[in-house]
Amino acid sequence: MRNTLSLTHSVSRREILKLGGLVVSFALPIRLMATGKNATAAADIPKVVAPDRVDGFLAIDRQGSVTVFSGKVDLGTGVRTAITQIVAEELDVPMARVNVIQGDTLLTPDQGPTYGSLSIQNGGVQIRLAAATARRALLLEAAHRLKIDAQELTIDAGVIKPKQGKASIRYGELVGRRSLALELDKDAPLKDPGSYTVVGRSQPRLDIPDKVTGRFTYMQDFRVEGMVHGRVVRPPAIGGTLLSVDADSVSNVPGMIKVVQRQNFLAVVAKTEWGAIAAARQLKARWSDWRGLPDEDKIWDYVRATEIVRDDVTSNRGNIDAAIAAADKRLSATYDFAVHTHGSIGPSCAVAVFEGGKLTCWSASQATHNLRQQLALMFAMPDADVRAIYIDGSGCYGRNGHEDAAADAALLAQEVDRPVRVQWMRADEHGWDPKGPPTLIDMQAALDSSGGVSAWYSQFYGPDGVAGKVKLVAAELAGMPHENAMGPGGIIAGTAVPYKFANVKTLAHRLVSTPLRPSWIRSPGRMQSAFANEAFLDEIAAATHTDPFELRRRYLTDDARAIAVLERLAQLANWRLRSADNQANSSTATGRGMAFVKYENNRTYVGMVATVEIDRTTGVIAAKHFAVVQDCGQVINPDGVKNQLEGNIVQTVSRTLMEQVRFDRSRVTSLDWQSYPILTFPDIPQIDMELIDRPHETPWGVGEPSAAIVPAAISNAVFDAVGVRLRSVPFSSDKVLAALKA
Amino acid sequence: MTSQSITLDVNGKTARLTIDDPTMPLLYALRNDLGLHGPRFGCGLGQCGACTVHLDGNAIRSCVFPAVSAVGHRIVTLEGLGTPEQPHPLQRAFIDEQAVQCGYCINGMIMQAAASMSSNRNPTDAQIKQALAYNLCRCGTHLRIVRAVKRAYGTA
Repeated sequence: MRNTLSLTHSVSRREILKLGGLVVSFALPIRLMATGKNATAAADIPKVVAPDRVDGFLAIDRQGSVTVFSGKVDLGTGVRTAITQIVAEELDVPMARVNVIQGDTLLTPDQGPTYGSLSIQNGGVQIRLAAATARRALLLEAAHRLKIDAQELTIDAGVIKPKQGKASIRYGELVGRRSLALELDKDAPLKDPGSYTVVGRSQPRLDIPDKVTGRFTYMQDFRVEGMVHGRVVRPPAIGGTLLSVDADSVSNVPGMIKVVQRQNFLAVVAKTEWGAIAAARQLKARWSDWRGLPDEDKIWDYVRATEIVRDDVTSNRGNIDAAIAAADKRLSATYDFAVHTHGSIGPSCAVAVFEGGKLTCWSASQATHNLRQQLALMFAMPDADVRAIYIDGSGCYGRNGHEDAAADAALLAQEVDRPVRVQWMRADEHGWDPKGPPTLIDMQAALDSSGGVSAWYSQFYGPDGVAGKVKLVAAELAGMPHENAMGPGGIIAGTAVPYKFANVKTLAHRLVSTPLRPSWIRSPGRMQSAFANEAFLDEIAAATHTDPFELRRRYLTDDARAIAVLERLAQLANWRLRSADNQANSSTATGRGMAFVKYENNRTYVGMVATVEIDRTTGVIAAKHFAVVQDCGQVINPDGVKNQLEGNIVQTVSRTLMEQVRFDRSRVTSLDWQSYPILTFPDIPQIDMELIDRPHETPWGVGEPSAAIVPAAISNAVFDAVGVRLRSVPFSSDKVLAALKA
Repeated sequence: MTSQSITLDVNGKTARLTIDDPTMPLLYALRNDLGLHGPRFGCGLGQCGACTVHLDGNAIRSCVFPAVSAVGHRIVTLEGLGTPEQPHPLQRAFIDEQAVQCGYCINGMIMQAAASMSSNRNPTDAQIKQALAYNLCRCGTHLRIVRAVKRAYGTA
């Protein structure tokens, strides 16, 4: 008997199962199971959540079942399945024996928010290392026990046995007596990808059977005993103040519990959900007017006039001023990209309860660890007294309203001293989720006499701030502590270009404010930059009578993976240059456009050719087809990656052609799916795609990169079809008609 | 408002429940009184389709359909169509085509398709797209959804 404390399983399987289901105990008892002489000394000790410890990420129980504690969460992208694959592969256990716990601040390490296409690239790779470290420790322990050299042992379905001979020992037996309390070893040997049987092969997603039969529990389905229902009543004008509330106006609502007012935070709580909805609609309140938003028609003047607080130079090579001054020919253009909403099909929802001075909150937040800090700040509590638990919600493509619903629920739970569920209504989501900020980009290029690009200069205008946290609506309205900095996401990460022009400067002007509370939406800033960069490159190609494919290849010089993507794309799309002229007389015109990205200039490569059809009479663009080639390094679940590619393209066609948040001087006015339409079935494009699998390379992100280049591919295809440049997203029919007439 | 007791026929079973507001949509009875997860709240406006259920075999938007109006009719939800163990052919096809991302809209896709295709075996892509033209998906799973519906009904 070794006298090491055995951290076999900090949370029992039964307790873990409770987390994903309907039955929930508020104060989850976390018991350390000790063996040997400590066996009776089970005590309430927190589970290890250190990201440098194997037991932070992994537990193996006596039956050999593996539990993964993942800080990254599945936002509907298939991350749970991919992480299961990674662990099953590295530990050599069947996928069915691996269970994933996600985004629970009490149980999972903080691996950062689930954004930026980093779940596998960072989160999965970290967990893989934990599994590799565990695998080696288990092998060494087995070697010791079986008195056989570890080199002579193999692992099959969680059973370690010699290559020759009968002796064997199961993981469950080993960890029953030996700790997983190991430091993550960055040198732990990883399995040779050549021997993979699970990773790199399409695996059916684990969540789909339950999702198509109504058995899955989404955040919106989650219920807690004694729970009541809240609905928020937001100011009709965003910055308006609450002048008076007539609580009697809802006294006849059945099951009415309370009208809650704190400064400008107003909400109702009722026993039933419908009661809360009825009360929120019926409640009489007087608000002051407020007209602090800019004129929608003059949004770009407004952005350009906004005070710049800082300039970020994201790349600088050579001397653009001299090169532009000396140029034979200069080209310039301005691109803009409208405000977008996330548009999750299920509005945000959360459940919260205060118990014994501690706050527990269930949320579909993509960043429960950050949410915990934000709620702790809001309620002036220590972080340790707040527990935020992830439950899958409706898809989120960035920071939508989930965290805000959590803050609403927590505030109401404090007011009525019982568990409260807050479900946002559609207008709450469209009106109050944080928005992708309006973005303006000025492009300039100098061309030399041989048709080459001698200078490239871009100036990006977007709000100041970084990623991580977005101030909580409830905290702000209620006058409770909250962050003040804007959190638009890492919007400048795509401003630099992969092309090796002799003189390059890319500059981001960071603005002191932006009209609506900003946050990150799928490929934040990078989509806007890729739109300007890749469409402007197409403008250069046209101005220099160069094939856009050749122009890209010429300036990607020695980047072999980039060139491989482009060449495969040219084959897949049967790329050839066409002229718009031969279609001049037809009422519809067809064109093709190419776009490419090396995401953030350091990872996933995607090339794309869009085929569009334009109706010259109506100005309506139909995106008919996309050919896509992607190199994201090692592919974990090929079908999962393809699902993401399809989703990225279809969603971004919608954003590019149709989407624009509307507002007047006081409020967002596009509060439903009629005023903020999105792409529907009759208008979806066909997609052909090819993945370049590089099993020996790092797995890179796939949730964003292909989305980034859809707007440019469409704009370039429109130019190919009708010879006009669309530089303003969305490409609405009025803009198309205006461009055709110009 | 006075409360009233009503009886609903849901997934072949009789359910009695008390409602205190005759305008309450069916969705809330199904989700909160009967604990069903299939029909989902998306917009409350009949615009997105996430709440779709069958009423006597027809697809309706339960978020705008009063619960009291469902009395005397046969209601079927996603749960009544099939289970993970014994899925309906459409549910099977959605699994086979992996036609889900977040899956929040999928209830509507399956329930709408099941109702629309009941009279149209071997539908074309265009017919499927038209049948689902008023069901919204934000993740962009449309291509897979069309393939799944086609797989379920294409050879029937």
